[in-house]
Amino acid sequence: MSTTSVSLPAVGRRSPHRGRMKSFYPSWFYLPAAALYLVFFAVPTFASFYFSLTRWSLFDVSFIGFDNFVQFFQEPMLVQGFVNTFIYGFITSALKVVLGLALAVLLTSQLVGRGYLRSVVFFPVLVSAIGVGITFKVLLDPSDGLVNHVLSFFGIAGPGWLTDPKLALLTVAGVDVWKGVGIATLIYIAGLAAIPQEYYEAARVDGAGAWKTFRTITLPLSRPATATVIILSLIGGLRSFDLIWAMTKGGPGFTSDVIASVIYKQYQAGFYGLSTAGNVVLFLVVTAIMVPISLFLNRKEVER
Amino acid sequence: MTAQAGLAAPVRHGRPGRTLRRVRSWIIGIVSIVLSLFVFVVPFVFIFLTASKTAPEASNLSFTWPQHWALWDNLVAVLTTRDGLIVRAFVNSAVLTIVSVAIMVVVSAMVGYLLQRKRSRLNPIVNFFVLAGLIVPPAVVPTIWVLQSLELFKTMAGLILIEATFGLSFCILLFRAFVATIPRELDEAAVIDGAGPVRLFFTVVLPLLRPVMITVVVVQAVAVFNDFTNPLYFLPGDENATVQLTLYNFQSQTLSQWNLLFMDILLITIPPLVMYIFFNRQIVAGMTSGAVKG
Amino acid sequence: MAWKNARRAWLAAAALGAAASVLLAGCSGGGGSSDGKTQITWLVQNDETTVAMANAMIAAFEKANTDVTVKLETQPAGTEGDNLMKTKLSTGEMSDVFYYNSGSLLQALHPDSTLVNLSGEKWVKSLTSDFRSVVSTDKGLYGAPLGSSQAGGVVYNRKVYDQLGLSVPTTWDDFMANSEKIKQAGGVAPIVQTYGDTWTSQLFVLADFGNVYKADPDWAKQYTANKRKYADEPALEGFEHQEQAFKAGLFNSDFASATYDDGVKMIATGTGAQYPILTQAIAAIQQNYPDNVDDVGFFALPADKAGDTTATIWQPNALYIPKTTKDAKLTAAKKLVAFVNSPDGCEVQTSKLAVSGPFVTTACTLPSSVPPLVQDIQKYFDDKATAPALEFLSPIKGPNLENITVQVGSGISTAKQGAQLYDEDVKKQAQQLGIKGW
Repeated sequence: MSTTSVSLPAVGRRSPHRGRMKSFYPSWFYLPAAALYLVFFAVPTFASFYFSLTRWSLFDVSFIGFDNFVQFFQEPMLVQGFVNTFIYGFITSALKVVLGLALAVLLTSQLVGRGYLRSVVFFPVLVSAIGVGITFKVLLDPSDGLVNHVLSFFGIAGPGWLTDPKLALLTVAGVDVWKGVGIATLIYIAGLAAIPQEYYEAARVDGAGAWKTFRTITLPLSRPATATVIILSLIGGLRSFDLIWAMTKGGPGFTSDVIASVIYKQYQAGFYGLSTAGNVVLFLVVTAIMVPISLFLNRKEVER
Repeated sequence: MTAQAGLAAPVRHGRPGRTLRRVRSWIIGIVSIVLSLFVFVVPFVFIFLTASKTAPEASNLSFTWPQHWALWDNLVAVLTTRDGLIVRAFVNSAVLTIVSVAIMVVVSAMVGYLLQRKRSRLNPIVNFFVLAGLIVPPAVVPTIWVLQSLELFKTMAGLILIEATFGLSFCILLFRAFVATIPRELDEAAVIDGAGPVRLFFTVVLPLLRPVMITVVVVQAVAVFNDFTNPLYFLPGDENATVQLTLYNFQSQTLSQWNLLFMDILLITIPPLVMYIFFNRQIVAGMTSGAVKG
Repeated sequence: MAWKNARRAWLAAAALGAAASVLLAGCSGGGGSSDGKTQITWLVQNDETTVAMANAMIAAFEKANTDVTVKLETQPAGTEGDNLMKTKLSTGEMSDVFYYNSGSLLQALHPDSTLVNLSGEKWVKSLTSDFRSVVSTDKGLYGAPLGSSQAGGVVYNRKVYDQLGLSVPTTWDDFMANSEKIKQAGGVAPIVQTYGDTWTSQLFVLADFGNVYKADPDWAKQYTANKRKYADEPALEGFEHQEQAFKAGLFNSDFASATYDDGVKMIATGTGAQYPILTQAIAAIQQNYPDNVDDVGFFALPADKAGDTTATIWQPNALYIPKTTKDAKLTAAKKLVAFVNSPDGCEVQTSKLAVSGPFVTTACTLPSSVPPLVQDIQKYFDDKATAPALEFLSPIKGPNLENITVQVGSGISTAKQGAQLYDEDVKKQAQQLGIKGW
């Protein structure tokens, strides 16, 4: 266990024995994973890429070239779907970063009931998306839901959280944050713990206040954790659909549709070729967003 | 446990205002606890209360104390629905979760280890595939074809391998980050002691990976246990049902069985909850190492 | 594998004899294979009512056919289930008998290549021609009915109507006038809408098809040929009516989040007056509000002109046998299907499934006393004022209709926009199905 607190490991260190050691890292260690990956992931995925060029009903297939891609981009709700995807992805990951860091700072400070708080923040992570969806649909019901009952107690007329076209997407994003902030907090707690105490000592000697300490030490030095949280939650957010599906099914109408739910609806409607084409598009979009972001985040880390 | 002690980091005890700080820690702590009750505890209490009500009372979906406690009746009702389908589902989910997570942990630890230790031309390719595994959604029907041709379709073994494969990327990412914190000197020392590559990995490296392994196990076990789509498509049939599928039994459009539905949600949330409480401290320790290298 | 094949061949030989005798002897049982019982699997949707009916059916069937055991399999209903059905059929993993929609959803299963042709079975003669057409292609007949037909239109609370002295409307204007009176009287929602279950939002459009059919009997055929559009009259009417009802503020206040279950409750207990829905709602009323069964009635969704007002009829779902069911299992599967359409099977159907309209086979007869709602439907049949729903006349149904009608019914988009959007949706489906002219 004590290794966990070794904070600055010898990553790029040149070992004198390196040449000789090489044979002790045999490439066949890749084999079991590679076999699984190839058989159960790569082969089906490539097969599906072929089907994105076909009109496919599961029962018969006809090759139609890039028509599916043309049709996918003609989806009437596609623009809104893209906008919603970005809103959803960026809001959820931004909130997870901010709230995760805030909670982590709180939960690493001297605090009454810290153990309890740490556990309870993580509890929602353990519930399935379906379970969370069902529960919150009930709690957020505009007329019978607990949330609006409480609001009306304070004299506020609660909105239709999931039925107001302007609110539905944001509400689901909020629930997503509720469900996922535990993991972000956990990553941040780990990141904060890796910051050497000497920095804080030095700041205190300099007479820095809490806010200044946070800004000059905590924030910059937790950057690796931030990178992890952003990458994981942004990929998750851009691809997300299970919670949206469980709570609004993209509705009311199409107002909370994201790309992934559009694709899923096409799949459900039996447009198998079209939906695989959509998956290819989604893959390219997520990659196009994630590669620069992860390069950027990693470069900053190296500079440090 | 030592790692835990080190977590009380950023706010230090200042010598002058020690009592002041203690008061502040109490105030902030109590405020946080009250807030957490509203934000995080109430939904769980709601699930529990609804699971304790009779059917007509539960269908009001209000946040009230049950007039008649029917917790036990509901429990029995859920456990005996469809000839104990949920009990079978629990057994199936347990087998699925344990075996698939065991496979993915060992297999991806080997990859993460190699990926970090050995500089080779393969690395960028492997890294790309790992990332692709995170981003690309799996294709259902071609996967069924593969399973059929291997005679693994509709078998637990097939689903186990599927789940293990789909979890690889996430595990590899964490393991790769963590291996970096294990000093190479340890490898070298083991080799000088005459260990071969297999012994080096399984007796020296793998035990050191324990903290991150616990994190991976918990996160992936929850993911597999809570998975709904893959069991639905790759292991159809009632005798093979997994726990998430049982939710459908209580979600009929015309019957108000909210009490049983929430009892089911409660039941299937308990195993991950117990596991989390059990591993709580170690998870943070595991993450500590994982996140450092992002 | 080798062992498996050998066993199959042996079974096939054994079954051949059995099959011949059974076919000759009808359903009289007998002719079992020497090693005992044949086991077949039967797949149904896993909601409580269906499962209860299926279990009762199996018990009765096994009693009459001691050489066959039936194992019930279940799966989620809804679109998730549609997909699973297709996946199972296309990968050859379908159960020996399965229960599924008739009409356009059946056509999407490519019955000619995936299902066993049942046109030679004895019970086929008893079917109504309407039903025959919705389980058939040019090449064969594939399904046997399970359940009764039903109408789509307005299920209304008769007490509310009586109290306010209203009469059943035959034109859209009458309907709106009635609704206004209910609104003035207060306390009761004039029109119930339940967008928490999005499928329920489609009824303004789907149940209006009877009226479209009356105005233009060729509409469905021309629509399939890409020559009629929803954005034009008469089909636009359905979207327009939904928009008008919303704009007039006639919906229950929680229409955006209410569920089908809520809607049924409102209409049964009289907190809602009129609910455009399928008459299968009577099943839910019988189950949850048995005292209120006689309080609800039915009328067709009114057209603009009284002469056009026609009840839209949905055919029941059906049992199908996939081509992967062979030999002894096929024989046993056919026995099960025949049993469901025998008097004994009908008895199980009437006792376990609420009758929501006339049966489509002469083998089953309506019980002597039926709820007023069913009598109301029967009147439309007697007056020859019925027409099949569009999904039984054309293979094309756009998958997004329910989302579009939610938009129109909540004022997010206009009727015209909604109809145009739906035309696009239909086009996509037609292309996917490879229909000529798209």
